[in-house]
Amino acid sequence: MGYFAVKGGADAIQNSLELLDFYRLKNATSPLEINQIVSQLRIAVGKIMSEGSLYAPEYAAIAIKQAEGDLLEAAFIIRAFRTTLERRFVSETLNTREMFVRRKISASFREIPGGQILGPSMDYSQRILDVKKAIETKDTIDQILKAFDDKIDKEKLAAITQHDKVIDLLNKDGLIQKANTDEDRRLTDITREAIRFPAPRSARLQMMTRSETGALMSMGYSSMRGFGSVHPTVGELRYGSVPVRIKDPRGRIRYIGAVEVTEAEMITGTKKHNDKGAALFSIGYGLCFGQNDTKVICMGILDTTLRNPDTNMPANDQEFVLYHSEGIEAMGFTNHLKLPHYVTFQSSLNNVREAVERNK
Amino acid sequence: MIEEKKFVTQYRFAFIDEATKREIRRKLLKAIAIPGYQVPYSSPEMPIARGWGTGGLHVTLAIIGPKDIFKIIDQGSDASVNACNLRNFVQTMTGVETTLDTNKATIIQTRHRITEEVLNEDQIFVYQVPQPEPLRSVERYENKTRQMHGEADYAKMWVSLYEQFVRHGDIMLGAGYPVKVNGRYIMAPSPIPRWDIPNLNNSKAIHLFGAGREKRLYAVPPYTKVEPLEFEDVKFHIEDFKGIPCFRTGYKKAFLDELYYDDGSKHYVINDSNFLDKLVNKELPQQHENSYLNKLGNEA
Repeated sequence: MGYFAVKGGADAIQNSLELLDFYRLKNATSPLEINQIVSQLRIAVGKIMSEGSLYAPEYAAIAIKQAEGDLLEAAFIIRAFRTTLERRFVSETLNTREMFVRRKISASFREIPGGQILGPSMDYSQRILDVKKAIETKDTIDQILKAFDDKIDKEKLAAITQHDKVIDLLNKDGLIQKANTDEDRRLTDITREAIRFPAPRSARLQMMTRSETGALMSMGYSSMRGFGSVHPTVGELRYGSVPVRIKDPRGRIRYIGAVEVTEAEMITGTKKHNDKGAALFSIGYGLCFGQNDTKVICMGILDTTLRNPDTNMPANDQEFVLYHSEGIEAMGFTNHLKLPHYVTFQSSLNNVREAVERNK
Repeated sequence: MIEEKKFVTQYRFAFIDEATKREIRRKLLKAIAIPGYQVPYSSPEMPIARGWGTGGLHVTLAIIGPKDIFKIIDQGSDASVNACNLRNFVQTMTGVETTLDTNKATIIQTRHRITEEVLNEDQIFVYQVPQPEPLRSVERYENKTRQMHGEADYAKMWVSLYEQFVRHGDIMLGAGYPVKVNGRYIMAPSPIPRWDIPNLNNSKAIHLFGAGREKRLYAVPPYTKVEPLEFEDVKFHIEDFKGIPCFRTGYKKAFLDELYYDDGSKHYVINDSNFLDKLVNKELPQQHENSYLNKLGNEA
């Protein structure tokens, strides 16, 4: 009986996997190509790299295809893949002042150094269903690309340089609160060591950059809407590519490529430091792979709230925010309820039946 | 275009990279050195979902060698779909021999049961743990529960047991009944039924617990005292099947599943699938002995 039943379970899994493939392919449409996903589902790919914690656009695209567009599932696949990779190098600290800026906006000032650059953004796209997307062809795509290319002034393009940051302006005037010297500034690595509480800022930011966007958004929103007190101003929001460098065995710094990131610096008023001096501004920081404004803005809000622990407000509660915005863990555990629990249930059943007996 | 070659990946023995395996082994040694203490560990993501046995897998994959013989059960059954899936994963990643025979296995991974058959000194029992913190029901903050463990401050836990008795006339904890290990740490034994709790006490095998999502490892070394929490006048007791025999074997001294058939009839059958098979085949497996089981009537 034993072996037969085990075979039954294994067969059920095999059949389920075959069905999964069948449902994906049954209409015999032409296969989604990985480079199509990388370029045409750019935002999704960025989201998977951020939540999957691995900068690899093509792998992220494969995961999206494999998960049939379920982004939680795709991020999970990438995280699992990441586990098998050895860490050979630790990069030098990224310097986002070196960013090749594609988008750069500030809500704090009308004009900023280098100007407001809207860049590629859906913010003003008027969410009207564009049915023309349904009949896009290779020709229409080529036309759009050619028209775009003709508009570009090649000389101007080459002249694009790096831009100073908005917070530099405030810093020059001494309006930004210096980091609290009592703050835990240890640099930990949450992928090598389980997070401990109270967590240093490095661990909090690492957790949040891997968090599920929607979960982070809901907690950041809660602080602004009523269950908290942080309502910041976007000091600067940037999206672009940043060079990554490593130190080789001979100690030379080597450029190994660039990553696309979104960065937010969110300005809030702050309390007086040790009740001395004036109340200045403080910066909440957000950074993630890919283009994801919502995520970095909410990360910036939560960076600020988590620096001011307060268990009366969910968004100011480190354990609440960090444990519960971890999408891959949350998804796994909520879904584990589908597993059989008849042994544990039998145990409760036994208790309840005895309680009923006692009350007769 | 992407060349196909680029995406060919070979996985190493037991999937996890060597550095992380070493880290998990170091943490397991620490866990064994401090029985019942929860050791934080890296808990890398696995290709199995969080909450589906990742902690158990980490432990198994960190300790398994090519000569090990692996058994895995879920709810006492070798045939549960998730057990089949994890067995297949471990087997694919290691090439080890797998077995359904409790006695033959060197590593037994489990979810929610200890085998009915007694364990020996050459065996390692690996638990999949959903919630490693026994105090979570009385204290939500990890920061505080770690402090409570550090100071052996278990007052809140005792009060909660007392309150349950006052409200319901009994301690209403079912599976995962909290235990005290080696007279020091209160530990979550994972959601095994109360039936199995006494079998942790003074066991010959090593018991390793992996909570992947919560990133904690802990252990009960061989021959270690494990006591369920109880009062002098309100005692721990195991599930009572009221002498109902297993409908297939007539055996009365095993944890039973309640089955409902299409005609509405109810049947009780031995939960541990390998133990049941052995009884059906008249192999006479040797069962755990403990004071609770010994009080029960034997075979029909």
